[in-house]
Amino acid sequence: MSKGTKVPGYMQGKGSRNPRGIIGDREIRYKCSLQNTILDVLRGRPGWQEVPGQQSTGQQQANTGKSGSGSTTQGTTSGYKGSVRNPQGPGTQSAVPTRLQGFQSIPPITRNSDGDWDFYWCDREWLAQNYDTMFLYEHQKILHFRNHYELTRKNLMVKNLKRLKKQTERELGKAEGQSFEFFPTTYELPSEYHIFVEEFKKNPGIIWIMKPAARAQGRGIFLFRRLKDITDWKKGEYQPLSDPNREVPETYVVQRYIENPYLIGGRKFDVRVYVLVVSYNPLKVWLYRSGFARFSNTRFSLDSIEDTYVHLTNVAIQKNAPDYDPDKGCKWSTQQLRKYLSAKHGVEAVKKAFKGIDNIIIKSLQSVQKIIINDKHCFEMYGYDVLFDSDLKPWLIEINASPSLTASGKEDYDLKFGLLNDLLNVLDLENRLTGKEKRVGGWDLLWEDGPILADDGNMECAPNGTTASIPNSFLGCHNERKRQLRELYTAAQSIKKS
Amino acid sequence: MGDSNYSKAYIQALIDELKTSKIYTDLQCAAQVDLAKPTLRLSELKKGVLNGLVNSGWDRKLRNAIYRFLQTNPKLQAPTPPPEHLKEPLVYLRKAQQSWEKRILKSLNSMCTELNIPLARKRPEKDQKEWAQKWTELGIDGPVRIEKTEPKDASEKDLSQIRPVYAPKDFLEVIIGLQNPNYHGSDTPGFYHLWGIVQVPLKVKDIDELRLQYSDMSINQCQSGIDDAQDIPSELFEQERVKLGKKVISANHGPLAQEFSKKGCPTSMRATLWCQILAIEVDEIDILYYEQLKTNVLQHELLVDSLLYKDVKLTATNDDQYFVFEDFLYQVLLPFSRDTHVLKHFDYNSASPPKSYIRGRLGMEEFAVNYPPNGVIPFHGFAMYVAPMCFLFKETITLYYVFREMYIRYFFRLHSISSHPQGIVGLSLLFESLLQTHEPDLFFHLKSVGCHPLKVAFKWLVRAFSGYLSSDQVLLLWDRILAYNSMEILAVLAVAIFSFRKTNLMKVQSYNAAEAVLADLTTLQVIPLIQLSLFSK
Repeated sequence: MSKGTKVPGYMQGKGSRNPRGIIGDREIRYKCSLQNTILDVLRGRPGWQEVPGQQSTGQQQANTGKSGSGSTTQGTTSGYKGSVRNPQGPGTQSAVPTRLQGFQSIPPITRNSDGDWDFYWCDREWLAQNYDTMFLYEHQKILHFRNHYELTRKNLMVKNLKRLKKQTERELGKAEGQSFEFFPTTYELPSEYHIFVEEFKKNPGIIWIMKPAARAQGRGIFLFRRLKDITDWKKGEYQPLSDPNREVPETYVVQRYIENPYLIGGRKFDVRVYVLVVSYNPLKVWLYRSGFARFSNTRFSLDSIEDTYVHLTNVAIQKNAPDYDPDKGCKWSTQQLRKYLSAKHGVEAVKKAFKGIDNIIIKSLQSVQKIIINDKHCFEMYGYDVLFDSDLKPWLIEINASPSLTASGKEDYDLKFGLLNDLLNVLDLENRLTGKEKRVGGWDLLWEDGPILADDGNMECAPNGTTASIPNSFLGCHNERKRQLRELYTAAQSIKKS
Repeated sequence: MGDSNYSKAYIQALIDELKTSKIYTDLQCAAQVDLAKPTLRLSELKKGVLNGLVNSGWDRKLRNAIYRFLQTNPKLQAPTPPPEHLKEPLVYLRKAQQSWEKRILKSLNSMCTELNIPLARKRPEKDQKEWAQKWTELGIDGPVRIEKTEPKDASEKDLSQIRPVYAPKDFLEVIIGLQNPNYHGSDTPGFYHLWGIVQVPLKVKDIDELRLQYSDMSINQCQSGIDDAQDIPSELFEQERVKLGKKVISANHGPLAQEFSKKGCPTSMRATLWCQILAIEVDEIDILYYEQLKTNVLQHELLVDSLLYKDVKLTATNDDQYFVFEDFLYQVLLPFSRDTHVLKHFDYNSASPPKSYIRGRLGMEEFAVNYPPNGVIPFHGFAMYVAPMCFLFKETITLYYVFREMYIRYFFRLHSISSHPQGIVGLSLLFESLLQTHEPDLFFHLKSVGCHPLKVAFKWLVRAFSGYLSSDQVLLLWDRILAYNSMEILAVLAVAIFSFRKTNLMKVQSYNAAEAVLADLTTLQVIPLIQLSLFSK
């Protein structure tokens, strides 16, 4: 890739020994659309600087004046937040097209090159509006992939999973397809209503759960046992054409309800697992070892299916429960959960159960691997919600592309602070790592175009000597991230020097 | 058992105990089965039956039963001392305990009068049914909302008006006030004046004795709680440990399990090992007994229930680790308060069960009943004796019996005044003397800024650290209590924590600052700390 112009200290050829050294020794500029833990993390990172709003663009100009020779402001056509100015931008207009090869076929002139940041923690709406008209430089990193909803919308997720399952069955046989048995029977409404009704009649008496495909935080969810409930709802909720204010009927998924969840102290819970995807092609996945289990506030029983509080473990829902105590948060750390389960069922059973979670993560990501528009600038942190049934088998409930980063308490804050800090360590904009690490802080590399094994002692203690089949997955294991980071950076430094 | 170390009376007591227990009839049945075997020769009758009992495992069970008796019954000296000496040999401590009990009772009674609640009453039929239904989810409403169905006394039964009868802080004041009258010669601080705030001269162990006692925990010995950490390759220690543990468990012999646990229990085996050490095998009689206790709870309502409820709500329900187990705690604590088996431990406990009189018969001995039926009045934090064990047992009934056994073996000593070396007075003194000896500068500094170390550490000791440490650490600590059959480890750990935070403690200038330094113990790893303070100097 040839560069049209040479900008000193910036955008120099990615060539030689320092592929990510584009930023060089200047500060890293970031933008963040959220006001919670992530902003604290970004602000707390040494050498990182927030991109100021439009009020200080002049200063920005001054800052960049020395590097950008004759920077022309371009692409000011887009009106978003006024941050479209491009002081850092490519030197001349002619330089732009040459850098765009293989990107997208949108004319460069309309691009919002938005080059004043190196790292952007944006919200999904912003990405959806701007991605297609955006030009990204080699080094820029932005949260979310363009079509992240393929995995996070409940109906699409199931569709993708079903497709990969069929394909696997076709190619590798029924037995292999068994490994996809981690999501309950699901149909999309209204499009699959008739198949659903057929299935419903085949299994009388079981409970179904109805969820809006696109809404988050447990809104609009209800349980039912009789078809009448759903026909009433159908009338009330969406009558396609009678109400002009409603554009399209909202898509719902209806799912077989897991009636035998694993209970602790009589309560149902689900487990939040954090997964980081830095690339879809090849698929490169990291798994964070900490997380939490959210408990339902009341005791589980199938008698009270109209009582949503029992059945849904979302913090957002539980917050509205009458006896919710915000200090308590109804949470356990995943470590705590793993300890509890090991004490009750033995280490082996728990290993098996957690291995099931790894399988869920990999299979679900593979199901969209070909569909997601891969982009080396993008990364995604998913929050998986997993439920155990009474046989300790994990079930995938849903996947969130913007898991809540607002902390519910000190412990929760510490978890999220560490999580996000280590995420930035993995992305390594500072270029401090070798790129071959299997563990960075609390993140373990789970998959890189194939399973990663926890062997060969690469700066990492394997938990077991019999290395052959131990996956590099440590969900719910001890997370002494600071110590690990210290060792990691020392080691990486010495490797780089030599 | 022909050991001459045991007096005849003691052996007689043991035999009497065994004869009345279930194992006697079980053994008889088993012997009869063996007798009926056609292979048995008449000439070798005795030998054959004995062999049969050994082969069928009954010999182990008998040994476990005897071992349990030896553990719970102090050896009798000859000549037999009067029963009050068994409870507490020192008169002034006995009196102090009695007056402390009077205070508790008074406070309980005044709460009754103030709130106009009876100590006990029969539940109306309707409530009984409701309680039976809600048994596994008692935490949802508590006693309050259920009673609101009875409009006439709804206003009085508000849980917010119930307060714990006493907290460890009140108890500490009593202990600070203890004086040995024999030493009261002059007003000037004399030779016998101790530096700490506990002024009772009891013999406590020094560090060398403790090192000997806990030699299995020394630094060169691998331990569960250090060497089984997740980042240590498991073939170095854990695999062997688990293998050995399986053998120990299959032997089903109390002393063996106890010896094994000296280096800690692997997480997945802890439940079984504890049961074996405490000789608990829940059988159908135990289940029946628990069901009876449950029925008692359903039929009668006690003021103590509200106290227990209040305590759970104040402690476990507010705790990040234990809130899940709220219901389990009620299912253990409420039946526990009705369990008259617990009364037996008052034979060797300096405390005595409080008496209550049937209405209108005040002071008449023949109408006296123990109140509550188990004789134990809960205090603030009582539920924390149960909470960590919820991590071990899924079955409420097993949890119940393990807790009961733990209580009558160990925990009762943590809130009664006695001269026993493992009583709270002895532990407090041990803590102070160890800290004085090994961290004299720290002890002096804290004392001089008006923060006596015991004032911070006392609540840890009273609760056996439950609720202060993270739950897995509590269990590792209690492993050692069971294994060494001693609670002295609690004082050792308290000293270790002070040493560990010494740098910061040396900087504090007030009690509050010191308390802040020691407020959060959840990050501590207890076993390395204990090793550090016992063996590193």
